[in-house]
Amino acid sequence: MNSRSLTFNVFRHNPRDAASQPRVVQYQLEETPGMTLFIALTRIRETLDPGLNFDFVCRAGICGSCAMVINGRPGLACRTLTAELPADIRLFPLPGFELIADLSVNTGKWMRGMSERLQAWLHPRETADIDALEARMEPDLAEAIYELDRCIECGCCVAGCGTAQMRPDFVGAVGMNKIARFRLDPRDARSDAEFFDLVGDDSGIFGCMSLLGCHDVCPKALPLQTQIAYLRRGMARQGWSAKPAS
Amino acid sequence: MTALEKPGPWPARLDVLQSFSGLLLGLFMWLHMLFVSSILLGEEAMWTVARFFEGYFLFGYGLPWLVSLFVAGIFTLFVIHAWLALRKFPAQWRQHRLYWTHLRSMRHEDTTLWLVQVITGFGMFFLAPVHLYLMMTHPELIGPYESADRVWSGMLWPLYLALLFLVELHAGIGLYRLAVKWGNFSDPASARRKLKRLKWAFTGFFLVLGLVTLAAYIKLGIEHAPQVGEPYVPASLRTAP
Repeated sequence: MNSRSLTFNVFRHNPRDAASQPRVVQYQLEETPGMTLFIALTRIRETLDPGLNFDFVCRAGICGSCAMVINGRPGLACRTLTAELPADIRLFPLPGFELIADLSVNTGKWMRGMSERLQAWLHPRETADIDALEARMEPDLAEAIYELDRCIECGCCVAGCGTAQMRPDFVGAVGMNKIARFRLDPRDARSDAEFFDLVGDDSGIFGCMSLLGCHDVCPKALPLQTQIAYLRRGMARQGWSAKPAS
Repeated sequence: MTALEKPGPWPARLDVLQSFSGLLLGLFMWLHMLFVSSILLGEEAMWTVARFFEGYFLFGYGLPWLVSLFVAGIFTLFVIHAWLALRKFPAQWRQHRLYWTHLRSMRHEDTTLWLVQVITGFGMFFLAPVHLYLMMTHPELIGPYESADRVWSGMLWPLYLALLFLVELHAGIGLYRLAVKWGNFSDPASARRKLKRLKWAFTGFFLVLGLVTLAAYIKLGIEHAPQVGEPYVPASLRTAP
């Protein structure tokens, strides 16, 4: 089999360098069997351009660092085989996040802001007694919680969401998935009224316009459509029955 | 992002209201198309449908103000839905540009269809009130000859042709979106595929039905142009000359 010659059109810009202008730089590379974008970018950095910035940690779709816009759609570079792409490949950083340089964006800063705003951590019912046995949980429920916990905060759902692109205060599917996850968890003390105060407005669940870009680009195939609809029904019930805020 | 003030119940209520008003309007527009297309079954059939909504067969005589009242209700629902939907419109140039760039880059059907909804909704702001006002103020002019005269001699066919496409696209996409927005499906991927197929089937059916119906009114309007303004009287009510 003849290997293809791939053309990479890569966005380059370093916002901390006053002389840097946003531009697209072309790199040519011979395709090798089983080549992922991680392998390709590493080879470009090793052989063609040592100054190219991009993020990788795990190379296995677990850390969420390497999300970028691949031929127009957000995805994980380490899980994308070049064989699935045409010979012309365009790589851009995820939109909606602070650009560090080239393909590297600061998703961590955005995710931290979202987590703090949504208080996306367990609010336990009682202080843990480390000597006592843990409360038991039905395997199905544990499985359902684990399913949503698979989110790696890569930012693809935010970059794939038209609403998030237009409205920077929108929490995105990643935020709603977090709320859905803690809402499921019997160890979390928060009621629907409290979750409602976190996501019950147009920057939360009611800002979602059901474009489902998030669902379609999620590299972990999380059930975002189902979870967002479920949360919407719950929050709508809560909002409809709630007394006006005091 | 910092912790925000509590949202209160209104964002939730407005969201439900937007969906609910859209649901009623979308379903009504499909029924409306079926009623209007009764002209394809003949002039008498259309006359019967029109008088039915005036309570003619209940009271023995027509009360056109019943239709006015109903149209006023639809008009109100339309205004409410438009106001609620406006909250989602991109308002600033920056948002227009971002959405357009995003849409072109994603090549994602549901993302593209949303822009179709924005454009068709925007079009209806201007065109639907013309029709609604006419129906509200002159409900007695709904009938085979009366409507055909309005379409052809009254030069409303371009408006109706435009409205047909705006309404059918907007309603089809909107009802599909309601289903994926609120629906609880055991297999969401297959449900979405089926809903999408159903949506296009409905849109296609109502567009074809609408075009044929409009053609029928235009044909009747051209034929009736010499006697423009003369109302239709069914055979059973005609007095012998």
